[in-house]
Amino acid sequence: MTSPSLFSRQAWTGIVVCCVVLAALPLLNLFFADGHPLHVPSYMVSLIGKFMCYALAALALDMVWGYAGILSLGHGVFFALGAYAHGMYLMRAIGREGSYASDLPDFMVFLDWKTYPWFWAGTDSFWYCLALVVLVPGVLAFVFGYFAFRSRIKGVYFSIITQAMTYAFMLLFFRNNTGFGGNNGFTDFKRILGYSISAPGTKAVLYLVTLAALLGALLLCRAIVRSRLGRVLQGVRDSESRLMFIGYNPLWFKLFVWTLSAVLCGIAGALYVPQVGIINPSEMSPANSIEMVIWAAVGGRGTLLGPIVGAFSVNGLKSWFTGAFPDLWLFALGLIFILVTIYLPQGLAGLTARWRKEQA
Amino acid sequence: MIANAPNNGPDVIGAQGPSYGRVAGTGVDTSHGAILYLEEITVMFDGFRALNKLSLGISVGELRCIIGPNGAGKTTMMDVITGKTRPTTGTAFFGQTMDLSKMAEHQIAHAGIGRKFQRPTVFEHHTVFENLELAMKADKRVRPTLFARLSSEQKGKIDEILRLIRLNGSETRMAGLLSHGQKQWLEIGMLLMQEPQLILLDEPVAGMSDAETARTAELLNELRGKHSIMVVEHDMGFVTEIAQQGVVTVLHEGSVLAQGTMAQVQSDERVIEVYLGR
Repeated sequence: MTSPSLFSRQAWTGIVVCCVVLAALPLLNLFFADGHPLHVPSYMVSLIGKFMCYALAALALDMVWGYAGILSLGHGVFFALGAYAHGMYLMRAIGREGSYASDLPDFMVFLDWKTYPWFWAGTDSFWYCLALVVLVPGVLAFVFGYFAFRSRIKGVYFSIITQAMTYAFMLLFFRNNTGFGGNNGFTDFKRILGYSISAPGTKAVLYLVTLAALLGALLLCRAIVRSRLGRVLQGVRDSESRLMFIGYNPLWFKLFVWTLSAVLCGIAGALYVPQVGIINPSEMSPANSIEMVIWAAVGGRGTLLGPIVGAFSVNGLKSWFTGAFPDLWLFALGLIFILVTIYLPQGLAGLTARWRKEQA
Repeated sequence: MIANAPNNGPDVIGAQGPSYGRVAGTGVDTSHGAILYLEEITVMFDGFRALNKLSLGISVGELRCIIGPNGAGKTTMMDVITGKTRPTTGTAFFGQTMDLSKMAEHQIAHAGIGRKFQRPTVFEHHTVFENLELAMKADKRVRPTLFARLSSEQKGKIDEILRLIRLNGSETRMAGLLSHGQKQWLEIGMLLMQEPQLILLDEPVAGMSDAETARTAELLNELRGKHSIMVVEHDMGFVTEIAQQGVVTVLHEGSVLAQGTMAQVQSDERVIEVYLGR
């Protein structure tokens, strides 16, 4: 029933073409001087780099929402925690170059702290922080998910609780005494692994790592949804009781995909922070998590490729809109969501499926 | 992690020739000849007694029909057996040793009880083949499921069930596109894929055409003796067709009103009064 290749030939062609084009952007930026017709402006490279992080988050959300039918309105918390975990390293890497020329980050000096709090221990190690990027969102998702799924909390109730969770974390991180920079968060990064963070070469590497992570995550997710486990996840979405009465325990399947999704989202956040240069608690605001859901919905849930396309198109539109009509963006976003729900219930991916059917 | 308890009964697929199941159990002790004992089961819902000291036993290989008016407690009884509802008092045993009131739904399914719901419940966005594949007896924990591959033996088994439920040729259709009767058969096929020892069928012919009903009766008669089967049904003609000389149980207000062959039950005064006479 299953062909050995992960994608159809057409989809593979599309993926390869997109990857080549995306990979070429930072190289064109580096090797052609400003003014050359093939030069890609630096802002474009950072913009696309940011979009790829969003696309990875949308892909992660699609695994839980599109396949297992678990709608999370709090994925922003996993994204932000991944970003904060990586940000801790970046803050430590500033060294004594902050405004106060102290060993401690500026915000700690401002609070009159003399030493790092215990939970900052070891964060001067890049690799330790990388482990935190995976572990912190993963453990939070596992514990939260275990209690929620074991209590058989489903549907809108689950969504509301995830929303409350991200809101609670936002309030926690807004406090200065929490030790994560309060409402300013982390910013003013200087270097990563010894390389200047603002150097074009570093930016290009970060961009390419993000592209590789997005592609790797896409292939991993695709392999999972095509396995029998993927079909069980869709069973959770379509008829959970039937699944139980044929002998599956939905708890562990939900927990697996939920935790995996949180980890992928955390990685997206970790890739986001050095490219954007700032992480603050507003990333955990409920509106940000809802925006992720819109990316997935516009692209087409349950298709993996759709949410990636959705993240690019909605954010592309947002970049243009906020430049042209800054006050109207939220209205436009709401309108897009309504139009997609009414006219494209399967999102942009549904559009291509319809088009293909007409061709045939 | 009781939830992930290994399913380590000896594998007897193929041990009985062309088998879509077996009567002799693995794991379940049926040495006294009974596969299911319900003893004095009471289920209270907010003061309402859905089941009232219900006692019932099913023998190995028996096809038992359960009839009764609406609200007699038929579905609640199935819920108790499959772990969906916990009895307020009383015990439910599968074989001699398994206490169903202490097991979760998926554990009961693993132990060998398959259930067909009143409304057909199949995975509508999966193909017929995938529905049967998901139901297939296998290690249903997360990791083995992730790396599961179909062997040719397993494919053969799915083909065998497809023929039995007359859906061969439709295996790549989405289950949501099947007719009502076909969905019912697919669900029965899914039960058979689990190789259960006890099959619970909740109104298997509800909403079926006459031809489909006749075909379902034929199907159940083919399964007779290979599995222990409990059928809850309203359709008298269908019950007469499949009960033959077997025992029919009449439920009324949460307990057993009468028990005997269809002929005996139909001539019972009390039964006529509460059910058949209407």
